Amino acid sequence: MKKNKDYDHIPSKVHYKRSFGDILISVITYIVYSIFAFVCVYPFYYIFINSISSNTLSDKGKIIFLPKEIHLTNYASVMKLEGLFDAAKISLARTAIGTLVVVFTSAFLGYMFTSKNMWGRKFWYRFIAATMYFNAGIIPLYITMTNLKLTNNFWIYVLPTAISPFYMILCKTFIEATPGELREAAVIDGAGTLTIFFRIILPVIKPILATVAIFTAVNQWNAFQDTLIYITDKKLNTLQFVLYQYITQSSSIKALLNGSSSSANIAASMAKMQTATSVRMTVTIVVVTPILLVYPFFQKYFTKGIMIGAVKG
Amino acid sequence: MTKKKKKWRSYQEFLYILPFLVIVLLFSYYPLYGWVYAFFDYKPPQALTPDKFVGLKWFQYMVENQVKVKQLLQVLRNTFAISGLSLLFSWFPMMFAVFLNEIKCVPFKKFVQTVTTIPNFISWVLVFSIAYSVLNSTGVVNTVLMNLHVIDRPIDFLKSTEHIYFKQWLWLTWKNAGWAAIMYIAAITGIDEQMIEAAKVDGASRMQVIRHITIPSILPTYFVIVMLNLANFLTNGMEQFYVFQNSFNKDYIQVLDLYVYNLAMGSGGYSLSVAVSILKTIVSIILLTLTNGFSKLVRGEGFI
Repeated sequence: MKKNKDYDHIPSKVHYKRSFGDILISVITYIVYSIFAFVCVYPFYYIFINSISSNTLSDKGKIIFLPKEIHLTNYASVMKLEGLFDAAKISLARTAIGTLVVVFTSAFLGYMFTSKNMWGRKFWYRFIAATMYFNAGIIPLYITMTNLKLTNNFWIYVLPTAISPFYMILCKTFIEATPGELREAAVIDGAGTLTIFFRIILPVIKPILATVAIFTAVNQWNAFQDTLIYITDKKLNTLQFVLYQYITQSSSIKALLNGSSSSANIAASMAKMQTATSVRMTVTIVVVTPILLVYPFFQKYFTKGIMIGAVKG
Repeated sequence: MTKKKKKWRSYQEFLYILPFLVIVLLFSYYPLYGWVYAFFDYKPPQALTPDKFVGLKWFQYMVENQVKVKQLLQVLRNTFAISGLSLLFSWFPMMFAVFLNEIKCVPFKKFVQTVTTIPNFISWVLVFSIAYSVLNSTGVVNTVLMNLHVIDRPIDFLKSTEHIYFKQWLWLTWKNAGWAAIMYIAAITGIDEQMIEAAKVDGASRMQVIRHITIPSILPTYFVIVMLNLANFLTNGMEQFYVFQNSFNKDYIQVLDLYVYNLAMGSGGYSLSVAVSILKTIVSIILLTLTNGFSKLVRGEGFI
């Protein structure tokens, strides 16, 4: 006890002596991070307020801080755009199916490779893991997909990415870290491999599966390249692809919107008439909203994902 | 379990994963067969026949044909410029995390962390859409600059090639920095609190704590990131540059990945495109092996 006495005068939490320099650093950090936050938030806000403001004003770049002459006609009109609704369905379908498939294969393969018993286990494990490090390239892949009749086919969105070595390894590592008694007991009771997987493993690894699911879903929703390369059939376009087309060819989109019912539009107020800008901004909000809605709720899974990846990688 | 039963079960388990192995074989290994197209003169509708075999013609073409040599040098310049900039500024997410950690107001810190991470989860198409909305002639940047009389006519930022590598780096950073910082933030959280307290007792200033405790503790993480950056030096991905490319900036934005795509899909140079991507893959694998070996040497463990 005597030893500690010398330190008694020191409070448990020591604070810096607040020098002028420290205060200056604080002020600068707050300012700099406020700018960062602003730069990340404002573009979304800017596009949103433009999509609900008078189209004449937004087309001239007059909407900067607050929406003016608020109306929701833009959202109603883009729904009528040819192809947008179909694209939304395709995007939703590929996200849902693709995510389910990847979650299942990652969990199942991750589990199977924890079993020491399997014939050729090490070899097959490396056979899958090695695919992380090479890629055949665009033309060879294109020829493969043509041979497999997958071009202009919905399953191009699901099958090539069905097995993810990275998520498989994540699941395997996770399963190996869980206590094995339950599994061993089940084996003694004569439970088969599949029974153990569905009854015992799946419930235990739910947390890691949530992480895998959320990452896969975001990737599926955001995927653009596969449509670009393999799809020519407009019915299979995804939202990302349609949005890209709207940005690069927005003047023709405007003609499509307003030209088809030009007589009816004369009566409509100019402020609500579709412009290239309004279409582009409105569709952007439609495509980005799912991500913005999902992200805050699942932030902890995202963070967990990168941390496990960091430990492994 | 009897020996025979165990043996049977080991085959049974293999049969369970067999369908998945077939998928991997079909989509990852079988396409490698397509590398032979680099040694043929391939014109799509026709099948490959032995008389189309041209040997190393396309590889020679790359170093002998004046036009292609010029193009390739241009592409390599772009790739090196963009990867080089990323490498040069790779400390940015780390410093972002270090100073974010200095903020004592928790709600503000959480808010900054959340909003700076979101851009990582939107696609490049959306990033481009945002860039277009903000930067086009009636976009907010031009409007504000005009109102402040900094410029008298709108600048077409997306078409100009001025500082293009830096601008592309900025978009990349806008998208990734917040996310990349998370790893460092976690590493900082792992620092022993007592060490910092002790330093403060000894009269260390805030900057001294950052310099002598925080940064050294997260340097191992930084090292791995730099190694990964080096390993992926030739891989920039094509999506970012595909969406930002236009006829004005094409010569400056075409990186290797985009070049391979443009060769194949744009100009019909199928065999040449395969040849370029083969070379790229080989160099990338060498880079990966080297950096991984170096990492083993320095840290005692690799990252593969």
